[in-house]
Amino acid sequence: MKILSIENISLSFGGLNVLSDVSFDVNKGEIFAIIGPNGAGKTSILNIISGFYGPEKGKVFFNGKDLSHIHADKRAALGMGRTFQNIALYHGMSVLDNIKLGAHTHLKTGLMSGLWYWGKAHKEEMELRKKIEKDIIDFLEIESIRKQPVSSLAYGLQKRVELARALAMRPKVLLMDEPVAGMNAEETEDMARFILDIKEEYNITIVLIEHDMKMIMDISDRVLVLNFGRALTHGTPKEVQKHPEVIAAYLGQKKAETMEKG
Amino acid sequence: MDIFLQLITSGFLVGGIYALIALGFVLIYKATNIINFATGEFMMIGAYIFYSLMVYLKLSPFIGFPIVIICAALLGFLVERLILRHMLGQPNISIIMVTIGLGSILLGLAEIIWGSSFRSFPPLFPRKPIILGEIVLRSNLFYGFLMAMVVVVVFLLLFKYAKVGVAMRATANDQMAAFSMGINVKTMFTISWAFGAIAASLGGIIIGNIGGVQPTLGHIGLKIFPIVILGGLDSIIGAVLGGFIVGIVENLAGGYLDPYFHGGVKDLAPFVVLIFILLIKPHGLFGTKEIERL
Repeated sequence: MKILSIENISLSFGGLNVLSDVSFDVNKGEIFAIIGPNGAGKTSILNIISGFYGPEKGKVFFNGKDLSHIHADKRAALGMGRTFQNIALYHGMSVLDNIKLGAHTHLKTGLMSGLWYWGKAHKEEMELRKKIEKDIIDFLEIESIRKQPVSSLAYGLQKRVELARALAMRPKVLLMDEPVAGMNAEETEDMARFILDIKEEYNITIVLIEHDMKMIMDISDRVLVLNFGRALTHGTPKEVQKHPEVIAAYLGQKKAETMEKG
Repeated sequence: MDIFLQLITSGFLVGGIYALIALGFVLIYKATNIINFATGEFMMIGAYIFYSLMVYLKLSPFIGFPIVIICAALLGFLVERLILRHMLGQPNISIIMVTIGLGSILLGLAEIIWGSSFRSFPPLFPRKPIILGEIVLRSNLFYGFLMAMVVVVVFLLLFKYAKVGVAMRATANDQMAAFSMGINVKTMFTISWAFGAIAASLGGIIIGNIGGVQPTLGHIGLKIFPIVILGGLDSIIGAVLGGFIVGIVENLAGGYLDPYFHGGVKDLAPFVVLIFILLIKPHGLFGTKEIERL
């Protein structure tokens, strides 16, 4: 079952065509990876899905709903979580405060009652906090650092906190922009395990961009390959790996030819 | 020694009032990255509205304050919606010019409506000076300080604990991330303009109550500017501390040095301190260093 459909998306900045006529579907409960060389338009696609960019042509459907006129903040409320390539945490705040902000969209009280810390808002806050502490912090193994300010943490941990914040939104789809960029082998393995667990335990659909081919091929159900703003192909990791144009795009034309000759 | 204590204490009180006005700058800058050069005029308008409510409509101050708060919020709201929202993405210098222009317009409007003559408030507080041991404090200054502190503390708590405050901090920190948390960033801009205008107008009432109202009351905004820079443009705590530092430095310099230099040192001293602090800490005492990534 489709949860996300991207239909004929085109985007250009001035004279530069960033995306031309890209279409793909993401099925519910799968890990869908988008790969491609630098400048292929991967992050632009995520930005269009989460509503930061408006495409010139084409539409995004989420659970069958056309998102064209829905702003970024409302899309988050509909159930789209997001992590960023350059960690976008609130650096002055503690880990817990960052995670609580993720749950912001689910606080039911309005602006005026939200102004006051006690009463209904307070009760909700406490319930929310318990739920967050129990589930997500335990799940991501960040119990010991939850009171620390984010800026004091190591890079890999910051990435994990950002993931925790996105999970606190209880999203239906999680968009991850390079979740393991800059991580060492061990951190990458941890993150890959978390991503698989998120899919299985929370039943969240994941769309991710990554350059780490080994991880992509290990964990994703389907892969989309972008090159110069066009969709080259998509399919299972195995199918994609064998595709001659993919090999050409990644390794260069000449190398691909020699490989074909054997 | 008595003179020293006297100068420090009254400097401290003045500093508390400066801190409130500095908040008017910081609340807006923090969320929107806009320096509102019309802050002084927001103060002046707040003071005039309060004056009119008290003198023409003969309302009690307890009704007057809430009405001024509502009017100020409305002023901030309109300025953001009608003018600054359309300036999003324009060069900083254009935006600054717009706020300076806005200040001139408000100044002109005030002269048209209320005339340019000096008016003083009807007494708000008991006239009796406050005496603490050897120190004598003007009652308007003392009660004005208490009022300013109450407002500052309310804003601090709001920022720390309320949902709106947290959302505003999130917006200030990272707009993209705020969007993806489901925070309506544009609404946060509007709210921060409303908050900034409220802080400025309440500061205006306190200043007006001490020294009277006239359209040029807003020029004190220029004096507040070093405070904001000193504390770091985006730090609320910085604004509060900066207010106290400038208030005390100004009063000490005025008390000790002015007699030797035919006056004027009082106004100059805060800027000297400002330059020294900026030489050591270019982002102010508590400001964030900005790292721009492309």
